This record gives sequence, structure tokens and C-alpha cells, in this order.
Amino acid sequence: MIPITTLHYLVTAAALFVLGVIGVLTRRNVVIVLMSIELILNAVNLNLVAFSRIWGLHGQVFAIFVITDAAAEAAVGLGILIAFFRNKETVNVDEVDLLKW
Amino acid sequence: MLDYVTSYLGMNTTPGQAGNVFWALIYILVVFAGVSVAVMAMNWLERKALAHFQIRLGPMRVGPHGLLQPIADAVKLMTKEDIIPAEADAFVFWIAPLIILCASFTVYIVIPFGPTHAITDLNIGVLFMLGVSSLSVLGVVMAGWASNSHYPLLGALRSSAQMISYEVAMGMAVVSAILMTSLNKTGTGTLSMIGIVEAQQQQQIWFLFKFFPFGFIAFAIFAIAMVAETNRAPFDLPEAESELTAGFHTEYSGLRWSLFMLGEYAAMIAVSSIAVTLWLGGWLRPFPNTLTGATWDLVFSLLPGFTFLGLALIAFIGVIRMPKHPYFRIQTMGLAGFAVVLGIIGLVLFIPPVRDRIQDIFWFVAKVAVFMYLYIWYRATFPRYRFDQLMRVGWKVLLPVAIGVLIMTAILGVVL
Amino acid sequence: MAPVATGFFFYFLSGLTLLGGILVITQKNPVHSALALILGLLSQAGLYLMLYAPFVAGVQIILYAGGIMVLFLFVIMLVSIERTQREEQFNKLWLVGLLSAGALGALFVLVYAKGTGLFPEGAAPPAESNNTQQVGQLLYGQYMFSFEIASLLLLVAIIGAVVMAKRRT
Repeated sequence: MIPITTLHYLVTAAALFVLGVIGVLTRRNVVIVLMSIELILNAVNLNLVAFSRIWGLHGQVFAIFVITDAAAEAAVGLGILIAFFRNKETVNVDEVDLLKW
Repeated sequence: MLDYVTSYLGMNTTPGQAGNVFWALIYILVVFAGVSVAVMAMNWLERKALAHFQIRLGPMRVGPHGLLQPIADAVKLMTKEDIIPAEADAFVFWIAPLIILCASFTVYIVIPFGPTHAITDLNIGVLFMLGVSSLSVLGVVMAGWASNSHYPLLGALRSSAQMISYEVAMGMAVVSAILMTSLNKTGTGTLSMIGIVEAQQQQQIWFLFKFFPFGFIAFAIFAIAMVAETNRAPFDLPEAESELTAGFHTEYSGLRWSLFMLGEYAAMIAVSSIAVTLWLGGWLRPFPNTLTGATWDLVFSLLPGFTFLGLALIAFIGVIRMPKHPYFRIQTMGLAGFAVVLGIIGLVLFIPPVRDRIQDIFWFVAKVAVFMYLYIWYRATFPRYRFDQLMRVGWKVLLPVAIGVLIMTAILGVVL
Repeated sequence: MAPVATGFFFYFLSGLTLLGGILVITQKNPVHSALALILGLLSQAGLYLMLYAPFVAGVQIILYAGGIMVLFLFVIMLVSIERTQREEQFNKLWLVGLLSAGALGALFVLVYAKGTGLFPEGAAPPAESNNTQQVGQLLYGQYMFSFEIASLLLLVAIIGAVVMAKRRT
């Protein structure tokens, strides 16, 4: 069995990133789009931590900042979703097509 | 193969640190069996103690003084019909109690019963425990949502809001205890559970009494927050029967409900173990440095045996006070047999080799047992908090006090 | 102590992570997607442990799986999405989205095929016993400014979320 190198982790992170991008571009439900964005952020984190094994702990510190920012972004995004849902009773992204109603 | 098994026996570390999978599995099985027995004993104790607080007797019929009542409850719950509500999401309905159970039991990996008596010693032990016990909120939310009924949904929302609110205050109190571990010569603290108790041993003071009163206030904050975290009285509005018809586990019956109960009691024992490890000195005996010397060590080491002999004496007094009617003959014989078993355990604990090995585990379990009794005492004594009062206490009272204690602990740690 | 069975654990954990990712984007029910994301996040915490980053793994479990996913589940429950399960799940331009994501994946494959050997593999793995201390020293020493900015960001996010989700009476 070939030893597990950093490239293995990078390929996993890239696959997660592509899955997240597919989720953002193809799904209609806003909550699932937000969850796909979390997948993208996790892929980036995995990349950072995989490289920090070679090049020092700065990658891990930055990964902690990314997790913090993901929490803030999820909170604000879901707040926007709730505010929008209260007005228009839908959670589909392609029905958010009016600037003012 | 055989020397893989026996090579661990000479070592002085936990099986997880030694990398010995076989002994780690043995320890996991022992802890799992111990926690299950403790949950059943806790169930019996709760019913009897609540009854005696309310000047009634509690279960008396099933075994002598109701000692076999938990077994009868278990048999009843296992043979009940398994009802899943119509249009409920079957997969999420099934997995919610499993998540709570797994989250509550995974915490036991790092709980130290002694300096080497733990399944493993992660060097992020406290962080791991806080994180895994916060996963049980997910199980509560899913249980309420999957029941497809508005009472469980409301109960789940209230219960999970309460749990995540009190986790913040809990985390702050834990951080101030971790700060105290760094007050040694090298100035490095530790997050590992065994390291925290060894820091208390090195600094020769339980963290409860350190920087008095700040250690005590941190402990009090954790003690209140852990009662709220496990949805126990007086914070049990989401699952009290008169309020929301049992809250998030309304639609669960039979074996699924017993999984919830098992998870709740296991979580109670787990957070009590965290409190004992962080503030009450874990496995250390009381007064390790004011009452030193070989005679005091001997006196304290005789206490486990005397505890069990005391329990056997109480059981014998119960035997004498049993009614002399022939219908009670079987119960009298059963209770006498139980008293004899307790007496034999007490006498075994006097033998010197057993006595030396059992010290750490006995003191740890005794301290956790005190916490368990406190839980039952709170339930019998305090009225229930209304939900807005509950949230007010969590955010506006406990959190500022916890931050204040953290700042004062940091200042005193640097200055003193 | 030498690591044990790294190959098996890596394939198992990364397989679980990718399975979680696939289930997130394909499930009809948003609660099932949230559960799959929790599975993916927890197995990613396991991958962090394999990369000698125990503190980041603990933070991932506490914040991501125990905090952000609880927030998602709350919102899913409040927004009552039952009738959206009977609607069309994928939008009209799903083929274009899939093709562009495929192009991105092909770009990744190209970069990784040409770029191996550019970073040193033989470096010694960092010590695990004081990982938390070292991360703490970096966080409060060199990255102190970013830390304060992150706390300000969280404050702004809290206030913004409360303002937006409040009922305008």
C-alpha cells in the first residue's frame, strides 16, 4: 500500500470543493446551497491543515479563523433566509428575482 | 499474540496511550457495563429518594424495598409496542436516540478513574469532552422534528436553546479551571484530564479552594450549568410532564424512550465526572497534604471497606424491620442475601492488595455519587424555572459571572 | 508511538467525508442533507487528527458540528420545508452548472498531475503533545490583530442576524 502523502489529502479536498460547487450551482433550495458553501469552506480548511503539517502551524491558525468566519457567515445567511421567507414564503433561489415588490 | 496481551500489564500508562487495542476494548467494556449498572442504580435511588423526600415510601413490592424495580422497568420497556407516528421521518426518528446515546457514552473515553485507569488520555481531553457532549443537542433537535407533532417540536426547540445557552457558561467556567493548571514552574497548562488532576496534586490544593472564592464560584457556575445542560430539575421545563407532555420524547415509547433515559443519566454521570476532575481533585483522597503520613493514609484507605460495611449494616437493619408475615419471607431472605453480599465486598476491600488498588477508583466514584445525590435532591426541592427565566439566568447571570471569574483568575494567577 | 494503520483510516475517513458531501447535494429532504453534512464534518475532524492537528479537530467538532449545524437544523425546522420536497429540486441550468464544476475538477486534476514533487515530503511531522500550546502562542502572539478582528466580525454577525430575523412590528 502506498504511503499516504499530502497529495492524498489535497485530492480529497479538491473533490469536496467540486462537490460543493456542484451543490451551489445546481440546487434550488437556499438551505442546501448554504450547506454546500460550508462544504467548500471545509475543503479549503482541509487543504490548509494538510499543508500545515509540512510548513508549520500557521495553516492551523488560519483554519481556525476560517471556521470562525464560516460560523458568522452561516448566521447572517440564515438570518437573511428567515427574513426573506417571512415575506415571500419560498425557499427557492430562482424565485428571488425581484428587486422590490 | 499472547505477549501483545501481556505486554500492557507491566506498563504504567492508559491503554490508549500504549496503543494496545485489546486492553482498550476491555476497559471500554468495563466502563460500559459499569455505567449501565450505575444508571439502573440511579433509577432506583431516584424513585426511593424522591419518595422519601415527599414522605412516602416509593417502590416496595418488586424486590425487597424495590431493589428489583429497575429490572422490572427494563423488561416492561423492552416488551412494549414500538409505535412510530404517521408521516414521521422513520430514519431520523430512529437515529435521534442513538445520537444522544453515542454522544453521552463517547465522553467516557477520557474520564480518569485513576492516574492510569482511563481508556485513554487525549491531550485535548477537556476540549473533546465539551465538543462531544454538545453533539447531543443535535439528537434532541432531530427527535423533536422527526416526531411530526407540535408538542415535541416546541419541546425540542426549547430544550436545545437551553442546552446551547448553558454550554457557553460551562465553557467559560472550564477555561478558568484550565487557567489554574498553568500555575506551575514551567508555566504550561494542559487540557488532558489526567494532567489536570496531576496539576491539582502538584499544587497541593483542589481547584475548588484555589484563589478562594473564585475557584468556588467557577465550580458553582459549572454545577448549575451542568444541571441545565442535562435538562434536569429545576431546568426541566422542556420535558416536564405537566408542561409539554414530556417534550421532545413524547412520541417515543418502549425501548426508544429507555435509550433517551439511558443517554440522559449517562450524560449526568459524565458531566459530574468532568466537575469532579476539574475542581474536586479527581481520584485524590481528601486532605492529601494537610493530613499526611502513613497513619492518615491507612485511615483513609480503610474507608472503602467501612462504606460497604455501613451499607451492609443498613441492609441488615432493613431485614430486622421487615414484617414477620409469612408472605414477606422471600423478600426478607432476598434482602438478607443482599446484605451478606455487601458485607463480603466490604471485607474484601480490607485486604491490603485490593485496598491499595481500589483507592483511586473509590474516591472518584464516591465524589460522583455525591453529585448524583445532589441531582435528586435538586429535583425534590426546587420549583421549576419558567423558560424565559431560564434563558435570562443562562445569558444574563451565569455568563457575566463566568467572564468575571475568568478575568479575576487570570489576574490572580499572574499576580500571585 | 508510530501511527497505526494510516492507510485504512485515511481511506475510511475520506470516503465518509466524500459520501457526506455527495449526500448533501443529492438528498431531497434538507434535514437528511444536514445529517449528511454532520457526518462529513465529523469524519473531517478525524482527518484533522490524522494530520497531527488535534486542536483544530476539537474546534471543528465544537463549532461546526455542534454549533453551526444546530443553527442550520433550527432554521430548517422553523422554515417548515415539507412542501418544498414535492417541488423540482434542481434548477433549470443544472447541466451548465455540472459542466462548469466538471471543468473546475479537470483544472484541479491538471494542476495536481503536473505539480507533484514541488513540496517537501520528508519533513518530520510536528509534535502532538503541545500542539494546543503552540497554536495558542501563535494565535495570541503573531496573529493577535486577526484574532481581535475575528471577534469584532462575530459581534457584527450576531447583531446583524438578530436585526434581520426580528419581526418588524
